[in-house]
Amino acid sequence: MQTGISRKRRAYILLMRALMGLSAAVTAALVLFLVVYVMAKGLPELSWTLLSTKPSYLTGSIGILPDILNTVYIILSTLVFVLPLGAGAAVYLTEYARNKKLVAVIEYAAETLSGIPSIIYGLVGMLFFCSFLDMQTSLLAGALTLVVMNLPTVLRTTQESLKTVPQSYREGAFGLGAGKWRVIRTVVLPGCVDGIVTGCILSVGRILGESAALLFTAGFAHAVHGFFEGLEHSGATLTVALYFYAKEQGQFGVAFAIAAILMALTLVIQLAAMLAGRWFKRRREQ
Amino acid sequence: MSDIITVKDLCLWYGGVQALKNININIPEHAVTALIGPSGCGKSTFLKTLDRMNDLVPGVKITGQVEYAGGDIFARGTDVNALRRDVGMVFQKPNPFPMSVYDNIAYGPRTHGVKGRARLDEIVERSLRDAAIWDEVKDRLRKNALGLSGGQQQRLCIARALAVEPRVLLMDEPTSALDPISTGKIEELAAQLKEKYTIIIVTHNMQQAVRISDYTAFFLLGELVEYGPTEEIFSRPTDKRTEDYITGRFG
Repeated sequence: MQTGISRKRRAYILLMRALMGLSAAVTAALVLFLVVYVMAKGLPELSWTLLSTKPSYLTGSIGILPDILNTVYIILSTLVFVLPLGAGAAVYLTEYARNKKLVAVIEYAAETLSGIPSIIYGLVGMLFFCSFLDMQTSLLAGALTLVVMNLPTVLRTTQESLKTVPQSYREGAFGLGAGKWRVIRTVVLPGCVDGIVTGCILSVGRILGESAALLFTAGFAHAVHGFFEGLEHSGATLTVALYFYAKEQGQFGVAFAIAAILMALTLVIQLAAMLAGRWFKRRREQ
Repeated sequence: MSDIITVKDLCLWYGGVQALKNININIPEHAVTALIGPSGCGKSTFLKTLDRMNDLVPGVKITGQVEYAGGDIFARGTDVNALRRDVGMVFQKPNPFPMSVYDNIAYGPRTHGVKGRARLDEIVERSLRDAAIWDEVKDRLRKNALGLSGGQQQRLCIARALAVEPRVLLMDEPTSALDPISTGKIEELAAQLKEKYTIIIVTHNMQQAVRISDYTAFFLLGELVEYGPTEEIFSRPTDKRTEDYITGRFG
């Protein structure tokens, strides 16, 4: 009886292991290269003047303060609309809706919506918000387009976490004579805050990275405005500004500086999502 | 002793399946009534009908009458929340809310509009004492209730149900997930609670029915086969099926 592994089989195992190791190494190297390359090119270009001024054609100087502000404005105004809308829809679909077929159709539609290329959202947003609703090219039109785009994400993450709230909690509360809304407000929603927060962080990441949908709807302007004034005006976010400086003006230094900022922010968002997840997990286990 | 719940010709369907068939039963006040029978016989379903928890299940159809304190609970315009305050429920698996011990107990009273720290403090202490768990949790009222042991959690759930001052307490196999010592405590508790409340308890355990109940109802395949004083049911059953079940020939 043969107990060991044959020579041929041993070679095969070694080969497969080497191939898989190679795949892992290539993946890691690519990520590392991208990060190092962008940071090496971008960080030297960063300066306080760049971050704190606006561009001027008179002096020929470039500053990205307006783009930073526009990004913040767009994130804030998108979240203000998308969170209540998405979470509210999720609560309705999971807790109230009786027609399970309709719910399934809506869930399927949301799933599909989240897979549509963002430039299509931009095109529709331009025709609907900018032209039809006469908002012109403005941050508000851009934000509303992003609301439509992020709605499925917030809806689905909230729904998923609503489903993780044990039915026994609901039964317990109903059994004490609590009404539907009180059960939702005091027992169900606190149990799914983590899902809403995760959806929120994911959305911030998506908004930060979005450019195609904003090219059409929010425009390219680089003026500094206050929040509400800014919403009425056209304005470029960091990603749009990156495109603008690299492609239209050939300012690759500025483009890489913005890229470095975006990359750092993405990292921060990933970290925040991870830490939030851990925090909620620990709180639940206490 | 007067009857607090009167059931007439109650039938219930889940989708197309009939789970309860022409149930007629009167539940006396201030007594422990045990519902026994094999799994799937409809005893839990029957229990959940009494506080209309079956409303939460989609596709339920109910005919017949259930009168609580003289009023039909299925009548149009019945305040279901008020009914559930009067007819409390303790579930098979302990289900404390993921909040502090104090907030668990105060949940019901707050739901029904009780405000004020002093008033709530008093209700919390009384309910926990009534459920024989005050001494074990009085120093950890602010701690999360999920940190308690299973047996403590179940007594906490009983306290939570008592906090809204119900008249009837429905218990759905409240000890099936617990160890023998916790089970003993809950059984003792049921015997004390009948002074103030009416208790209807579903149990798989026939010794438990004998130990704690005054009346026993035997369910089989959605029918109420036999109902009477526990002593008689277990010593002189009139129906052959009851005799077969309590002597362990099936189940």
